[in-house]
Amino acid sequence: MGAHATDHDDSETDGPKVLSVSPRNPRVRTIQIHRPAPQDASFLAATAKGLGVTLRHFFKNVLRGKDHNYIETVEYPEKKVDYPERFRGLHRLMHRDDGAVRCVACMCCPTVCPAHCITIVPAQTDDKGIEKFPAVFEIDELRCVVCGLCVEACPCDAIRMDTGEHAKPVEERHDAVMTKDALLELGARSTAVQGGEGAAWRERK
Amino acid sequence: MHIVYAILDNPATKWAVLAMVMVMPLASLLTWAERRQSAMMQDRLGPNRARIPWPVVGRTRLWGILHFIADAIKMIAKEDFVPGSVHRGLFVLAPILALAPVLVAFAIIPFGPTIYPHSFTSVLDTYHLAAGSPETAAAFTDSIRLQVFQVEFGLIFYFAILTLANYGGTIAGWASYNKWALLGGLRSSSQMMSYEVSMGLSLIAMFLIWGTLEPGAMVQLQGSEPWKWGIVAWPFVPIGLISFVLFFTAAIAETKRAPFDLPEGEPEIIGYFVEYSGLRWGMFFLAEFIEIVFIAAVITTVFFGGYQLPFLDADGFRFGGEWVLVNGQQVHLGGAFAPLPHGIVTALQIGAFGAKVILLCWFQLMIRWTLPRMRVDQLMNLGWKILLPSSLGLIMIAALAKLISFL
Ligand code: SF4
Ligand code: SF4
Repeated sequence: MGAHATDHDDSETDGPKVLSVSPRNPRVRTIQIHRPAPQDASFLAATAKGLGVTLRHFFKNVLRGKDHNYIETVEYPEKKVDYPERFRGLHRLMHRDDGAVRCVACMCCPTVCPAHCITIVPAQTDDKGIEKFPAVFEIDELRCVVCGLCVEACPCDAIRMDTGEHAKPVEERHDAVMTKDALLELGARSTAVQGGEGAAWRERK
Repeated sequence: MHIVYAILDNPATKWAVLAMVMVMPLASLLTWAERRQSAMMQDRLGPNRARIPWPVVGRTRLWGILHFIADAIKMIAKEDFVPGSVHRGLFVLAPILALAPVLVAFAIIPFGPTIYPHSFTSVLDTYHLAAGSPETAAAFTDSIRLQVFQVEFGLIFYFAILTLANYGGTIAGWASYNKWALLGGLRSSSQMMSYEVSMGLSLIAMFLIWGTLEPGAMVQLQGSEPWKWGIVAWPFVPIGLISFVLFFTAAIAETKRAPFDLPEGEPEIIGYFVEYSGLRWGMFFLAEFIEIVFIAAVITTVFFGGYQLPFLDADGFRFGGEWVLVNGQQVHLGGAFAPLPHGIVTALQIGAFGAKVILLCWFQLMIRWTLPRMRVDQLMNLGWKILLPSSLGLIMIAALAKLISFL
């Protein structure tokens, strides 16, 4: 019998005790099974122990006040768990100082969007510093995978996902499409410097 | 007035009151209690929202108790669906076969003392009641016994009638024309048969101790002093306690609930009522809960003094005193005594019975949510190799104790 005939050491586990191992095929063994002692087989002691645990939880949860019991359940519609600060929620479009949309329809976000859920129809504007603005800006919140890439991509802090709300349930699919007006309604004036210096930044120094 | 008391004393009236006022409400409340209690044991909240949306009353949710009404409405409103290839007659019959016997079995349980309407407002004269003196006979002419059937074979009737209930599950499994349902039905019948044996045998020791099979007589023998109740019956060995543990285990198996819920195995192994839905399924469900109440009632009667409240005799609270044999009946007299009107005593005793039953139901739910399900071989081992020999041994010990006490 080879010293390493068994592929693991049975004596360390609670498994069956190996009495002998066949020399030709180490997997053929004579084993001895542990039968539980009568007091264990009757389950009485284990039942009493288990009842002790459940009784403790039951009475603590029933008798002790809200802050002293084990219950962690939050009663959802009345109470809500605060989302973490960087929670990515519904999108919103930020405003310029005059309340117009900040977006310059650069098409970075629809390009980067992995779900192809941003629809932008650009239009000309008289403001020569901007040139374009989105005539249509729609996000299909049902298709959005909440990756936040659009926010990363935006060069002028026009789109954000910091509303702290998640998409509301809707009855019709098209109700989940957020229009430009809805996105602007959630938005606020951005404190980022408008326009920047343009190409003139090279001559700053 | 005699006719009113006669109607009230009629078994049909008593059974209707017992089933509709005590058993059904308690069983349906248990459907809520089970979910809420299991939630409390598992650190959840459970169903706590059902309420009637009325301006004032709707604001309080009553811990969600109204969920049982919501459930009932849901089950009644559901489509009554019968799969195409089932055996229609038996399919319809099976839930009734499961529900009816457990409701009938309640007939033997004494849920309160005998009421004497004429002395309702005065203290019951137990001495003259037992002596049967003619001058006081008028006070005891009418009586309402709060036990539907008082028959000598008492608990044997229970064993006989509950055997019928097992047909419900087996027939449901067969009639469903579904292999898994059939297997569930077979598991159900094998489990029921195995455990019925030890369930009956485990109580025989108590029958020997009380010398009667009749639950009403058992309650009277146990009396108002808690150290005479069945659970503490102690001739040489704790026969009452052992018998209680054995019977309780077998009885939980009879209700087909965890840890013995192999016949149903709702989440994974699929039980005999897999093809049932709506109200028909609800009947199986209700039968299970009524069985819980019933087992609590039987245990209360045999082991916990039935409707007896500690130290409360038929005529008031009494500490000490002695038992006097009057006209062949034991009457408790003397001692420190605080008389109470018969009406109040009756109310207290019915309340005591209800409280004991509710407590035992609660305990059954605790067990159900504490233990995991057994394997089939463990189940059979426990039934045939542990419960059966133990109850047979207990019978011998009880018989020996009885014999020695006669010598
Ligand atoms: S979060 Fe991602 S998926 Fe959603 S709109 Fe932005 S880029 Fe598209
Ligand atoms: S990346 Fe920003 S500026 Fe460009 S189209 Fe999207 S929202 Fe508008």
